[in-house]
Amino acid sequence: MSARLMQGNEAIAEGALKAGVRFFGGYPITPSTEIAESLAKLLPKVGGTFVQMEDEIASMGVVLGASLAGKKVLTASSGPGISLKQELIGYASAAEIPVVIVNVQRVGPSTGQPTAPSQGDVMQARWGTHGDHSIIVLSSWSVREAFDIAVKAVNYAERFRTPVILLTDEIVGHLRENVELPNEVEIYPRRAPKISRAEGYEPYAPDEDLVPNVANFGEGYHIHVTGLIHDETGFPSGSPKVTREAIKRMHDKISRADDEIIEVHKEFMDDAEFAVVSFGGTARTAYEAVLNARKRGIKVGFVRLITIFPFADKIIRELSKNLRGLIVAELNFGQLVNEVERAVAGQCAVKLCAKYDMTIFEPEEIEQSIDELIAEVNGQ
Amino acid sequence: MRKQLRLSGSGGQGVITAAIIFAEAAVSEGKNAVQSQSYGPEARGGASKSEVIIDDEKIYHPHVKTPDYVLAMTQKAADKYFHDLNPDGVLILDDDLVPTSPDFKNIIRVPITKLAVEKLGRALFANIVALGVLVKVTKLVDFETIKKSVAHRVPPHTVEQNMTALQLGFDAV
Amino acid sequence: MIERSYEKFFRQNRLPHLWCPGCGNGIVMKAIVQAIEKNPNFTQDNTVIVSGIGCSSRASGYMDFDTLHTAHGRAIPFATGVKLARPELNVIVITGDGDCTAIGGNHFIHGCRRNVDLTVILFNNNIYGMTGGQASPMTPLGKKATTAPYGSVDRPFDACKLAEAAGATYVARSTAFHVQHLVKTIEDGLNNKGFSFIEALVQCPTAYGRRNKMGDPAKMMAWMRDNAVMKTAWDKLPDDKKVGDKFPIGLFYKAESVDYDTAYQKVIDAAGGGKQ
Repeated sequence: MSARLMQGNEAIAEGALKAGVRFFGGYPITPSTEIAESLAKLLPKVGGTFVQMEDEIASMGVVLGASLAGKKVLTASSGPGISLKQELIGYASAAEIPVVIVNVQRVGPSTGQPTAPSQGDVMQARWGTHGDHSIIVLSSWSVREAFDIAVKAVNYAERFRTPVILLTDEIVGHLRENVELPNEVEIYPRRAPKISRAEGYEPYAPDEDLVPNVANFGEGYHIHVTGLIHDETGFPSGSPKVTREAIKRMHDKISRADDEIIEVHKEFMDDAEFAVVSFGGTARTAYEAVLNARKRGIKVGFVRLITIFPFADKIIRELSKNLRGLIVAELNFGQLVNEVERAVAGQCAVKLCAKYDMTIFEPEEIEQSIDELIAEVNGQ
Repeated sequence: MRKQLRLSGSGGQGVITAAIIFAEAAVSEGKNAVQSQSYGPEARGGASKSEVIIDDEKIYHPHVKTPDYVLAMTQKAADKYFHDLNPDGVLILDDDLVPTSPDFKNIIRVPITKLAVEKLGRALFANIVALGVLVKVTKLVDFETIKKSVAHRVPPHTVEQNMTALQLGFDAV
Repeated sequence: MIERSYEKFFRQNRLPHLWCPGCGNGIVMKAIVQAIEKNPNFTQDNTVIVSGIGCSSRASGYMDFDTLHTAHGRAIPFATGVKLARPELNVIVITGDGDCTAIGGNHFIHGCRRNVDLTVILFNNNIYGMTGGQASPMTPLGKKATTAPYGSVDRPFDACKLAEAAGATYVARSTAFHVQHLVKTIEDGLNNKGFSFIEALVQCPTAYGRRNKMGDPAKMMAWMRDNAVMKTAWDKLPDDKKVGDKFPIGLFYKAESVDYDTAYQKVIDAAGGGKQ
């Protein structure tokens, strides 16, 4: 396939479709609407279903119902819409229903600045719904990667039977650039029961990878799905032991695969004394800042988180051992920086480069932050 | 060689569409291109700006810092967006909609909207007339390529009028 | 021996249920499976029961089908997802007065509007039972609840009128007392291809009847017997007789209209997608 100009949001729709998504439920909101608009056009062409719901909560509910009926599903929103979806993101976590939620971040809180870029939903992506839960959060810095990450998000949702949040931003969501998309991608199929009802099938009995092979509705298994804490039969249990084990397994099924899920893009790290950590659209600017700083002879490296959660604790900790300081550049008041500081655990200096004024970073702003960090470290 | 364009005006004039078509033409000629935009909440009448970067190398930071070309379709856009122009760059103004030229040495005034209205009967085609102007002035993409890109984007029954609009712009400078 | 063939529709190992002695929920749950039993197109393998949160919504756990106990108020969106994803499945929604008309009110009217082929059965006990007796949007004026200790001043919804106005294509009401009528009403709802809404009055002796001095469960059911008026008779009743606790039951509305799956299939055909 030859190169063509494509928008980030469109690439997410294309990637999801390629990964097998056949159901989308959503509600219009800037700057994510193009994902819904693309899929309204594309899904019926492949026999899939698009439905515009009455609100964001219903959009989440309808995709969870469709997922349980056997379809791979996607929903997308932004800002206030993502806040409204949180209740049922927790349901998906508790009932282990595969679903991908795209959050094209915009400036908040509340209605905020609807058309302006932000990365202010980092911690919401991890902790937005109530209660202990695990979740996977991915991001992309380019239109092409938006496609790849959409495929990956769908595959992870299916493999781990978990909600996966695709935490993109207005920068990449609305950016158009040339892409060449692959004709084929690797697809993780819907998990299926390995034994029959007669053989004692239990829908929430974990497989070897701790993920249950929950049957789809309409396949004769007569399963029960609930948001109450349940045992392996799927029925609610008031037992402390069942509760403890259920919550632990939901965390373990993802954490045991951390090394595989956590993806970090590193460059110029071999000789680096400093590094800039960033993600999403901001990483494009950070990359240019790093290139410019290196031209000035500064030994600075580039670290980009593709997987935001589970957080790359080990990788950041290892890197920090050989560094004098890290910059965390993020388009918010300071969120990811706390995770980085936790991982670094004092092994090198950590400096926040924050911006929250509707505009994206300019490379000079990040370069200035690098210079300030160096001065601070040298001054000590 | 990196070239940076900024197309500006007000919502409804089609500057974002024009920028997308320009970037598409560059991509179909094998170049790298990124197109970004900013706009107010209004669908019509608010400030509208779209930027295109074209390069043979990979493009990271997506914003235009020092544009080589600025197209302004309103006085407000002209006054706001010419400041950071490359001193050797070109400022293209809609002759009727920008009565007062900003203080810049290299200005090209073209009656873009007037041409669209007088020759095609509708201001709707102004953005395509502007594209014709941009192709001629920037020499960044071939005229035949932009024709194909326009034909690909616009509704089939309007292709002929849009080709006329392109030619009008191309011939106006 | 009495024939109890409907028992196969229950998960025997999940019984007894958690409802209070004298609760009307079990009567409606049984009526649902009896209506299913009469319809050869509804099998335990091709029927999905979706419920929200509350006393009535626990019914799904006792019924031997694929069952989905969702979040508070959200049963209709989940059910819509199941139905749109797999139109060949039959989908029944069990909900309560608080679940359906308060927290789920928006989903309820939009479900009606879309005319998705669902059968929604609202167990109306006039109260939030599971949380201990708070007023719901269907608590009658003047009735007491823990959150309306001096009597409710919130004007209640008539859920049937709401459903009809919002676009449901089958709307009916029955009670836990009128069991045979209730079964027939649900049966007709299952046969309607579109959004069917059935309000089933149930007695809640614990959280509603006791507080409102309505007597024991038998007395509460006697109240249903004495005050329910069949729609045909109700329509002939002069306005001065439609007073006190009197209320109509029966079929209120039925219309032929394209259901959502049929309509969306046309979209798929127009897009050239065929059905996968």
